[in-house]
Parts: sequence; structure tokens; C-alpha cells
Amino acid sequence: MTHTTEVLFPSSVDEAVSLFGDGAGVTVVAGGTIVVPEITYGRLAPARALMLSGAGLDGIEDDGAAIVVGAGTPVARLAQLADAVPGLAACALNVADGEIRGQATVGGNLCAGHGADAPRGDLQGAFVALGATARSVGAGGERSEPLEAFLDDREGRLLLDVRFERPAASAFASLDYPHTHEYTVLAVSGVRTQGGEIRLAATGLADHGRRLPSAEAAASDPERAGAAALDDVSLADDALASEWYRSRALPVLVRRVLTQLQEAS
Amino acid sequence: MNLTVNGVAHEVDSAPLSTLLHVLREELGITSPKAGCEQGGCGACTVLVDGEPRRSCLTAVGAIDGAEVTTVEGLGTPEALSPVQQAFTHHYAAQCGFCTSGMLVAAEAYVRGGGTDEPEAIQEALAGHVCRCTGYVKIIDAVAAFARGEEFDLSTTAASPGMTNLGGAQ
Repeated sequence: MTHTTEVLFPSSVDEAVSLFGDGAGVTVVAGGTIVVPEITYGRLAPARALMLSGAGLDGIEDDGAAIVVGAGTPVARLAQLADAVPGLAACALNVADGEIRGQATVGGNLCAGHGADAPRGDLQGAFVALGATARSVGAGGERSEPLEAFLDDREGRLLLDVRFERPAASAFASLDYPHTHEYTVLAVSGVRTQGGEIRLAATGLADHGRRLPSAEAAASDPERAGAAALDDVSLADDALASEWYRSRALPVLVRRVLTQLQEAS
Repeated sequence: MNLTVNGVAHEVDSAPLSTLLHVLREELGITSPKAGCEQGGCGACTVLVDGEPRRSCLTAVGAIDGAEVTTVEGLGTPEALSPVQQAFTHHYAAQCGFCTSGMLVAAEAYVRGGGTDEPEAIQEALAGHVCRCTGYVKIIDAVAAFARGEEFDLSTTAASPGMTNLGGAQ
């Protein structure tokens, strides 16, 4: 199994991009918190493994207007954005536990495959609400696009970084977990942009994190916005929570986020 | 690949995608990290990698070439338990003991990082560690005492030989 794997250790971003190529047959190992157990349990036998720990894809750049988060940045480091983007920092603190957050990467979390037994991708909603742009490489070269579009079609892509404008206010509300290590059951992230626009997104849906356009349109009335959010999404129905339960909780989380945003005025 | 484990340099023969847990237990014979769930959910395999608590079952050894690893074997010895081991012993913070190795190194990292005896902060620091004996109260008491720098006379603690000995055979 692992002894037949070709393991690649790029020491720069350029080298990582070149070794990734079109992504065919490449298993990316960054923090390893998701992919390593897959290998341990024999569910995955990579032909080529691209180890990103030394590739220099980590780091947060903040020029005061725009913030760029490298895909290899440990989730724990998002805590340093607690003043600039409290909603994102709160979302990050909601991921697993401190040891996992110190090892898991932002890119790995955003790109994690979603299944009924593991509804991963805790950070997707927060970055989608921020209107983040995803920069990736793969077949056809480099591409920058809205994160939601990237998540729709991320096969064969290597995420390099996500970039967003610093918001005027941000908020996060989540269902509590029965166990520290569960994935996000259901969460809502909200942002008020510098231009005053309200953006909302949810995590814990049937696929990946998504914007809530109907709820955004009704944002001035949190009660109505909460109900409208149900028109925007297909909810997951899995071992963590039934679809019915999520349908009762989503309006509540939307209301809480909008209330937080109002209080942040 | 090379690792320094508890101050001793080792050349590692296992494949780069082998877990650090596998290398420690199966190649180097260092057995304090326990193979519990082997998917990051229980914390029994936690060790210190360059001083940071990490799940050794989630860590591909190729990703930490050259790192310094500390396990319970590197904290103290059966004859001279380290302060965190003494605190766990004094407070009877181990029942079956399976989670204890992970708890000890996580507590060590917490206090080295300036952690206090505040129960909520200890709970947060140990959030990734499951004790299936559910002995959490004693564990948190022990970490709080360790954080306060308390010292213990274990000759009065160990009234039940074999029951409180975290360091190995008496």
C-alpha cells in the first residue's frame, strides 16, 4: 500500500504547482487530519502523494483593505483575525479542538469532501459569506473565481489561497455539538460589507457551504429572513441531525446572525 | 528521515506516509502514545511535536522530518515523576490509564504555554481528549494543581500500591 506510493516534497509554491500538474492521480497531504486516517484504514492508497507542509502555502496577509489567507495556513491561525473578522475567527474556533486546529489547514477544510457520514467543510460558509475569491491551479492553469463556484467544481484543482475584502462587521452562529470532534452540524455566517450590503451563508447543507440570497433580500426583518433562508438551501439529513431538525434550526441561526450584525453597528 | 524523540536522535525507516504513532510504537518501541481510534477523535495518541500537542495518528511522519518529539517517556521516570505526573498521581487522575498519556502531554503543553488553573480553560485545552472511564473531574483537578505549581508528597498519596503508579512497575 503506502510503500508503493511516490511521495513528493515541494519546498516552494512554484514547485508544488508544478508537481501537482493537472492533479491526475495526486493525493494532496497538507495537515493530514482528514487524509491520513483514510490511508491508515486502507480506504485510500495514493499513487502519488504531494506533501505540502514545506511548500510555503501558509500565511495571512492583511493590508487593511483586503485579507489573503494561504491554503496551507493552520485553522488555529485564523484566531489572529478576531478583531478584523470576528465571525470568521468564531467559525474557526468551532472546528474540532485546539490540537486539530493547530494541524488542519484552511485549504484542507475548504476542500474536504462532503459525505453523509462526514459533513465536512466547517469554514466554507464563513468564507462564502465574506465573498471570498479562491485562487487555484490545475488543468488549464491558474484560476480565480468566487469560492462557491470553486467548491462546485474543485476536482483536479489545488487551492492556493482565498482572498476577501475586510468587512464592516461579521457574525457566526452554530448549533452546539454533542462531541468536540463532530463536524459542523449547521451554522450560519453573516457579513456586513464596507458598502453596507448584508451577505449570509450556511454550512451543514446537503452539499457545501452556500449563500442564502432570499434571506439576504429580507435581512432588514430577521424573522422573515430566517423563514426565507429555507427557500435557498437543500438541508443535510444525516447521523448528526435530521433534515427536519435542521429546517427548524436554520431560521433561528439566521435571526441570531442578523441580530449580531445589528448589534455590531 | 530523522526524528529526535525524548532527546534521542533516530533515523526512521518507515515510509513517509506512515503515521508518527506507527513509527513511535512499532518502529521505535515507544508505547506511551496509545492507538485508540486512529482517526483523531480520542486524543490517546497525542505527543508533543516541536513543543506543540499533536495527534500522532494524524501526522504523516514525512511531514515532520527533523522534528523534536516528546512523549510521556520524556517527561519523567518511574523513580522521578515529572510535576504533571505527580499531580495526576496525587489526584488519582487515572483509572484505566488508556487516555492518560495523551492527557499528560496535553496538560504539559497547556501549562508550558502559560495555562492557568481556570477549569474552563483546562476543559478547552483538553477538549480533544476523551476519557471513557469519565474521570474528568480528577483530571481537571490534577491539571489545575499542576498549573498552580503544587508539590506533593507521593509517599502519603500512594496508599494503594499499584493503583496510582503512572510511571511504570513499582
